[in-house]
Amino acid sequence: MEAVLFFVAAIGALGGAIGVIAMRNPFYSVLALIVHLFSLAILFLLLTAAFVAAAQVVVYAGAVMVLYVFVVAYVGGGTESAWESIPGQRLLAPLLGLALFVELAVAVLASSLLALGQDGPQVSSGFGDPAAIGYLLLEKFLLPFEASSILLLLAAVGAIVLAGRRSESAVESATGAASAGAPREREPDEAAPVAPPTGAPTR
Amino acid sequence: MSATTWAWLVLLLPLFGSIAVALGFRAIPARVAGVIGTAAVGLAFLCAIAALVNLLGEDAEARHHASSLWTYAGAAGLDIKLGIYVDQLSAFMMLVVTGVSALIHLYSFGYMRSDEGYHRFFSYLNFFVFSMLLLVLAGNFALLIVGWAFVGFASYALISFWYRRATATRAGMKAFVINVVGDIGLVLAAFLIFRELGTFDYSAVFAQAPHTFDRGEWTVTAICLLLLVGAFAKSAQIPFHTWLPDAMEGPTPVSSLIHAATMVTAGVYLIARTHVLFYLAPTAADIAAFAGLATLLIAGTIAIAQTDLKRAIAYSTMSQIGYMIMGVSIGAYAQGLFHLMTHAFFKALLFMTAGSIISAMANRQDIDRMSGFWRAMRFTSLMLVIGGLALAAFPLTSGFFSKDSILAYAEARGGIYTWMAIGGYVGAFLTALYTFRLVFRVLPGEPCEEAQHLIDTGELYHGPPINPANEEEEDTEIGFPGATHHVAEGSWPMAVAMAVLAAGALFAGLIQVPGVDNVLFGFLEPAFADSPLSAIHPTVGAEWRGLAIGGVISLVGIGFAWFLWVARPELPALFRRQLRPVYLLCLNKWYFDEAIDFLVVRPALAIGRFADSVFERFVVDGLVTGTKETVSGAGGIVRVVQSGFVRSYALLLLAGFAGLALYFLLSSS
Amino acid sequence: MSIEWYVVLSSLLFATGAMGILIRRSPIVILLCLELMLNAGNLALVAFSRMVGNQQGQVFALVVMVVAACEVVVGMGLIVAIFRRKLPLDVDELRELRG
Repeated sequence: MEAVLFFVAAIGALGGAIGVIAMRNPFYSVLALIVHLFSLAILFLLLTAAFVAAAQVVVYAGAVMVLYVFVVAYVGGGTESAWESIPGQRLLAPLLGLALFVELAVAVLASSLLALGQDGPQVSSGFGDPAAIGYLLLEKFLLPFEASSILLLLAAVGAIVLAGRRSESAVESATGAASAGAPREREPDEAAPVAPPTGAPTR
Repeated sequence: MSATTWAWLVLLLPLFGSIAVALGFRAIPARVAGVIGTAAVGLAFLCAIAALVNLLGEDAEARHHASSLWTYAGAAGLDIKLGIYVDQLSAFMMLVVTGVSALIHLYSFGYMRSDEGYHRFFSYLNFFVFSMLLLVLAGNFALLIVGWAFVGFASYALISFWYRRATATRAGMKAFVINVVGDIGLVLAAFLIFRELGTFDYSAVFAQAPHTFDRGEWTVTAICLLLLVGAFAKSAQIPFHTWLPDAMEGPTPVSSLIHAATMVTAGVYLIARTHVLFYLAPTAADIAAFAGLATLLIAGTIAIAQTDLKRAIAYSTMSQIGYMIMGVSIGAYAQGLFHLMTHAFFKALLFMTAGSIISAMANRQDIDRMSGFWRAMRFTSLMLVIGGLALAAFPLTSGFFSKDSILAYAEARGGIYTWMAIGGYVGAFLTALYTFRLVFRVLPGEPCEEAQHLIDTGELYHGPPINPANEEEEDTEIGFPGATHHVAEGSWPMAVAMAVLAAGALFAGLIQVPGVDNVLFGFLEPAFADSPLSAIHPTVGAEWRGLAIGGVISLVGIGFAWFLWVARPELPALFRRQLRPVYLLCLNKWYFDEAIDFLVVRPALAIGRFADSVFERFVVDGLVTGTKETVSGAGGIVRVVQSGFVRSYALLLLAGFAGLALYFLLSSS
Repeated sequence: MSIEWYVVLSSLLFATGAMGILIRRSPIVILLCLELMLNAGNLALVAFSRMVGNQQGQVFALVVMVVAACEVVVGMGLIVAIFRRKLPLDVDELRELRG
């Protein structure tokens, strides 16, 4: 029973992963990732990590993916060009991925760690319960817990600063400078006259 | 005060004089500068006498002292001190240098009066005296090299004194370059001495040398040959002599001090000082003696053909120094130094009279234009005759006794050296001949235009200022001699200096009459007692025989000169036509200048051009530019990685990680 | 299933995510692949936690999740900012930091 569940979840995870990297439309990639996340949650359950599985579904698949969906909706699902601008990239990437997998697999399978080959020790019934995790979080790992909450705060503030809507003139000067900056390599003559007039006066 | 303290004073007084005049040249009026300069050297002479008196108060064996002020270098096996060495030889040289220099300063006080660079002249002249004294008083080879180099510089500064004259500056450079070649020899010799003996100090070197070196060993011969390179360059012996005639571009007091009496005798002093080493290297000593003999004869033949008054006297100097070099190389140390002293007197006198005559000729030096000065300038003419008699070794003059003492020694030594004595007598004949050629061309006969002007008006002939070498017109600003000149008849400092030197030229030989008195040799010989060669003494009879031969030759030479240039003045022109190749050889100075140009200068210039066009362009630039190109090329290659593509960066990152993981996997298996 | 199955699966998912970063050009999809890699790490952590027998690995996995969330937040902010400035959302075009 456990094996069947494992393989189903594994195939789901793998399929989701391949879907993420293979889908042309980013929105479909996001959906593939959600499938992947759910499969992972099943795997977590198989490993008696109930709380982590719940957190995976609620936080990851629930909140983070929703954020992705919002952004994809805002930005638009533009597909990318098929032409590869870096020579050799399309060839080397699969090779590298394969190499990475082989190395890691060899490291695991040929490891002298005997416990890897077994199912794991007998654990108590409360293993992976929210109570046990909560206890650890608030007693033993209090500092990392608090630190990660501060990290969340910082990230939120940072994101607001990065993406926040600023005053109109600053946006225009920034966009003027930026659009003058980006095509600089292609049209250097046009860049210079664009930048100065939009700069100082309206600040 | 001890002899060394007086010696320090002798050394430092001219230095202070030079610095005082140099620093205060704006504030000090000209005459005061002249007085300071002359007084500095005059006082130095008095201190030298005091040092001599001090030395005479000691035993003959104990008359050598070393004194040092501080140590320059006292590490790594070196021990070089600022030290002087006072013994009979250096005391003698001190006296000659300061005495003659003081008289020449007095002469310059009058002669250079109208020159715009009066202060500079006295400062340089004092500096020269200081350098020469440093050279003769130095107590170790390092300080000797310092004095040697300073003297070379002073010579350069004074030859190029009239610095706006292109001929003068070129002559100064020529003198300096050839002197530097000599310096190289001297420095290499000092290095070899240090390598073999471990010290630069005179007392240590000369005490140690006989024990370290076998007689005739190649190391000591090499040292002596290198010393000879230095000595010959400084003393204008063949093959390093070509700078001396050109050095006549300097003012006449310079010629008389540096290029007659003192600097050119530095080579003689060097050989005399290092006589211990030369005794251990007989090959080198013989080479030196033969070079001296060759110079003596060749310079004599060239002097007969010269028409420039100062250049003729310069070749005479070269010839007489050949005598001195020959003397000190074969072992006649005291005799060579005796001739050094008498030569200083009469050669300085000759140059002074030449200066007077040239002033009367409005700065022209060509004897073809001179005649009849006996009637125009009686005192100068008398001085010229006295100097000429002494130079020609007329009986009972100082030159008579000194020159023949060397030749008598050569005969007494025997063997091949007898031939040197014979060569010396031939040279004496030539000397008398060319000396009285000058006397009989300039003094008797119808007065030339300038002399006539002097007789008629009592004033000097005033011509346009020109360069006597190439007849170029000059102006009278600083850097050129100007248009005003002074003669001995009109300037008492010049007359006094010449008179004192004339007295020396006539009577200085009387201190060393064979069989009668032995003042000089008795004083000098203990300094050379460590050489077996100084024990050779010709008998009194042999000496008087030599003197007789020398006297006869001198009289015959003077008579022959009278015959050629007074009695039958058409004969020299006939000889010139009939013996034209010989005449041209002598007139063109035996083509030494051309030979050196061909053998040394042109290859050097070719090497320079090669270095510039090939070596510099390909090797040096290649290295530098090549390095630059390599670095920027490498940079260009590395820059390719910085493409700006995030995905290539990610690729490299993951590739690196994969590689690292592979390494760890393999190393742990 | 023995633990090694989970770990090998985790490494396979990790390699897949890595390959995705190298291949895709849209910043959104690259961030998604980054999520893949993080989750693969989480899986490995939880597996090892089961193997060892204590829950520290699970706590670790929770913190990783928090970090992943922060990183997504900031990354999305960046993408929105780029989009607002009308720049192309293509990492190959955004390459001014070149040598």
